[in-house]
Amino acid sequence: MEIIMAVLAGTLFTTGVYNLLQKQLLRIVIGTALISHGAHLFILTMGELKRGAPPILTDGIDQYTDPLPQALILTSIVISFGVTSLLLVLAYRASKINGTDNMEQLRGNDYE
Amino acid sequence: MSNLLALTIIWPLLAAIITAFFNNKKKTVRVMSQVFTLINLALVSVVLFMISTNGTIILETGSYEAPFGIVLVGDMLAITLVLTTNIVAAACVFYAPKSLTEQQESFFFYSFFFMLISGVSGAFLTGDLFNLFVFFEVLLMASYGLIVLGNGKAQLRESLKYVLINLFSSMLFVTTIAFLYSVVGSVNMAQVSQRVQEVEQQGILTTIAMLFFFVFATKAAVFPLYYWLPRPYIVPNPVVSALFGALLTKVGIYSILRVFTLIFVGETDLTHTIFIYLAAFTMIFGVIGALSTNNIKLIVAYNIIPAVGFMMMGIGIFSETALSGTIYYLINDMVIKAALFLLVGIIAYVAGTSDLRKMNGLIHHYPVLGWFFFIATLVLAGIPPFSGFVGKLLLIQGGLAQEEIMVVIASLVSSLLILFSMIRIFIRGFWGEKQDAPPHPERSGAARRMTWPIAVLLSITVLLGVGAEWFYPSVEEMGEYLMNPQIYIDSVIKE
Repeated sequence: MEIIMAVLAGTLFTTGVYNLLQKQLLRIVIGTALISHGAHLFILTMGELKRGAPPILTDGIDQYTDPLPQALILTSIVISFGVTSLLLVLAYRASKINGTDNMEQLRGNDYE
Repeated sequence: MSNLLALTIIWPLLAAIITAFFNNKKKTVRVMSQVFTLINLALVSVVLFMISTNGTIILETGSYEAPFGIVLVGDMLAITLVLTTNIVAAACVFYAPKSLTEQQESFFFYSFFFMLISGVSGAFLTGDLFNLFVFFEVLLMASYGLIVLGNGKAQLRESLKYVLINLFSSMLFVTTIAFLYSVVGSVNMAQVSQRVQEVEQQGILTTIAMLFFFVFATKAAVFPLYYWLPRPYIVPNPVVSALFGALLTKVGIYSILRVFTLIFVGETDLTHTIFIYLAAFTMIFGVIGALSTNNIKLIVAYNIIPAVGFMMMGIGIFSETALSGTIYYLINDMVIKAALFLLVGIIAYVAGTSDLRKMNGLIHHYPVLGWFFFIATLVLAGIPPFSGFVGKLLLIQGGLAQEEIMVVIASLVSSLLILFSMIRIFIRGFWGEKQDAPPHPERSGAARRMTWPIAVLLSITVLLGVGAEWFYPSVEEMGEYLMNPQIYIDSVIKE
C-alpha cells in the first residue's frame, strides 16, 4: 500500500513540476495545486498506513494509528487552500492588468 | 510566567484584528498601530530581561509535556531577534503614514503589517519544525498581502513570481518534514536532535539536511537560489521593501542557523563545506548584481544577497567565533537593511525617480538625508566604528582560525565592492552642481518627517558598533550555546 501511495505522490509531483514549467499562467497555478496534493499524500504515507486501529496510546496497547501526520496534513491542506485561492486571484489580476497570461511576456525592466 | 512568551506572538495578531476594524478612520488607525507597536516593543524587552536573568523560557502549550505538545522556546538568540524585529517594525510604522498612498493605506496595510510581525516572531520562537512551517506561512501570507498593495502593473507581475517561488519552496518544506518524520518519528526540534544521533543510516539524514537547506536557502536567497529576490523587493512601497529586506531573508538564515547547529551536525565535513563555497559565491554574485544596475532601489535590493553570504560564511565555518559573528551580523543587518530601504525610498521620493543617471546634487537641499545615507553606506561596508565592522571582524577571525582563506578573501573583496556600489549612489545622486530648486519642492516637508525614524535605526547601529564591548559577551555566549546543542535539548526535554 505504501508503495502505491509513494508512486502516486511521485506522479503528482512530476505532473505538478511539468505544469509549473509551462508558459501559461493557469497551468502554473494548477501545477502548484498538484504539487501540494502530492506533498499531502506523502505525509500520510510517511506516517505508515494502517487500518482498524484507534489513535490511542495507553499501557498495554501496541496496535495504534499515528495521529500526528493527519494533524499535519489538515494544517497543510488549509494553508495550501488559502494560498491557491490567493494565487488564482493574483493570477487573474496580473494577467488582466498586464494584458497577457504568457510568462514569456510577463517580464521587463520597468518598475514604476 | 512563561505565558508571556506567547504574548509576543499573540499581541501583534490581536493588533492586526483590532486595526482591521478601524480601517476607515485613517488617523485613529495610524496612532493605534504606533501605540500597539511600542507596547509590543516594551513587552518583548520585558521578556528579554526575564530570559537574560532567569535563563531560557519554555512554553509548553496546553501543558502537554515536550516533546508531545507544541513548544515555544525563548532562548537568548530567539528573543534578541524578536526584539530587533520589533525595533525595525517600530521604525517602519512611524515612517509608513507619509510614505504610503491613501489607497495603499486603506487596503489594510496595518493589519498585514502586524500579521507579518506575528509570523516572524513566531518563526524565531518556535521549537517545532512543523510550527516553523506554519509560521513561515503566516508571514508569507502577510507578505503576499503587502507586496500587491498598490496594484501596479510591474508590481503584480513581480509579486506573481514571488508568490510562486515561495509556494514551491513551502511545499518542498512540508515534504522534507514528512521525510524527517518517517526517519526519526518526531517534529520537535530537541527530540529530533536527540534522535538523529541514534539513526544508523546517516546517509538519508544528509539527504534530508540538504533538502532542508534547499528550502531555507530559497527563502534566504543563497547562491544559486537568489535570482528571484531583487525584483519583487523593489516594486512595493519602500516601507514594505524595508520590512521584507530586513525580516524575510533573515528568517531563512535563522532557520539554517538553528537546524544546522542543532540537528544536522553529523556530517559537517560535507554540509558545512558546501556552505562555505556557497557563501563565497553568494557574496561575489550578489555584489556583481549590485554593480550592474543604475536603479537605486535595485542596488540596495541586490545588497541583501552578499549580506546573506556573510552570515552563511559563519555557519559554514562552524566555530564559536564565527557563529558569534553570524549572530552579530544578523542583528546588524536587520537594522541596517531596514534603514537603507527607507532611505532609498525617501531619495527616490524627493528626486522623483529611482534612476541614478537622472539625479544630481541632492545634498544641497537635503543635507541630513545625504549624511544619513553616507553613514548607512559605511555601516553596510563594515567600516569601524559601526556595527557591520564588529560582525565582519568576528567572521574573518573565525575564518582565519579555521584556515578558510578563500572565503575570507572573497568576503573582503565583496565588502570593498559593496562600498563601491553604495558610494556610487552617494557620488552620483548627492554630489554635483547645486540646482536652483529641488526637483519636487513640495515633498521636502514629508521627506523630513520620514527621516527621523531612520535616525533611530542608525543610532542603534552606532550603539552596536561603539558599544561592542557591552554586547559582545552576550553574543559570544549565544555562539557558545549554538555550538553545544545539548543545552537546548536539556532545557526543552526534562527527564
